[in-house]
Amino acid sequence: MVVGDLDLASGIWHLASRHGGARVTAETVVFVIFAVVSVAGGLVMIGARNPVYSAMGLLMTMFSMAVFYVLNDAHFVAAVQVIIYAGAVMTLFLFVIMLIGVDRDEDRTEQIPFQRPLALVLGAGFLALVLIAARAAWVTGYGLFSGGEVNGTIENVADELFGTWLIPFQATVLLLTIAAVGTIALAQFAPRARGSAEGSGVSE
Amino acid sequence: MTVTPGWYMALAAVLFVIGATGILVRRNALVMFMSIELMLNAVNLTFVAAGRQIGLIEGQLSVLFVMVVAAAEVTVGLAIIVAVFRRRSTASVDELAGMRG
Repeated sequence: MVVGDLDLASGIWHLASRHGGARVTAETVVFVIFAVVSVAGGLVMIGARNPVYSAMGLLMTMFSMAVFYVLNDAHFVAAVQVIIYAGAVMTLFLFVIMLIGVDRDEDRTEQIPFQRPLALVLGAGFLALVLIAARAAWVTGYGLFSGGEVNGTIENVADELFGTWLIPFQATVLLLTIAAVGTIALAQFAPRARGSAEGSGVSE
Repeated sequence: MTVTPGWYMALAAVLFVIGATGILVRRNALVMFMSIELMLNAVNLTFVAAGRQIGLIEGQLSVLFVMVVAAAEVTVGLAIIVAVFRRRSTASVDELAGMRG
């Protein structure tokens, strides 16, 4: 494991073994810390009244995701996670939050009175269902057939991406182009819908 | 006590449920959108953990493809939210009841 020779982690391991605790690896320590951080970030995101705080919570979760990717030897994906998600996507979110206005707080009165408790009950039930299903072999198949180490360096990822998966990769290029064109179209046609009094230059 | 890929999948399930609950509870379109992102991230973590368990690098490739789709989705979705805001001056989905029968 990448972090297996961390001094801090080995110190914690010695501490744990001296006190007769279970054998704790460095990955366990890092996992527990960032699992708590990511879940806290998610809860902040859905709980915060201000959308900027929600974005900050999501940012916390995304950075801990990058840590989990590194723990799983997915180094390139971790770098992409930080650059694309934590960098570009969250910046875009913050841009739109600033554009729409951070000062308007959300009206928290529900139109359907029982929606919020029902949503929480449904969420808890779904979590229980997923965790129970994950324990059952008929859903997950017969696990633990390890085919060897996966090392997600740029070289290994590129070998597969530009070899076996070249056509799907080019399809994503088409998808991104369509998305960019669609965004431009939305930005172009929105002012006309508000009112034709200003006579924005878009013709029918 | 070592971390198996199952731990990551359990954590991903928790994060996914947090995102799904956020969509059900919140009324702000932007926060609902962030909840979708959280769910996508949880699924990405599952992909990476499963790829490590099976020993295939395709798990990480799936994550890259999901990221591309998510980027396209964010671009279009935020453009729609801004367009709606310019027209209706609100980001709350409760007030977008124009198609109510």
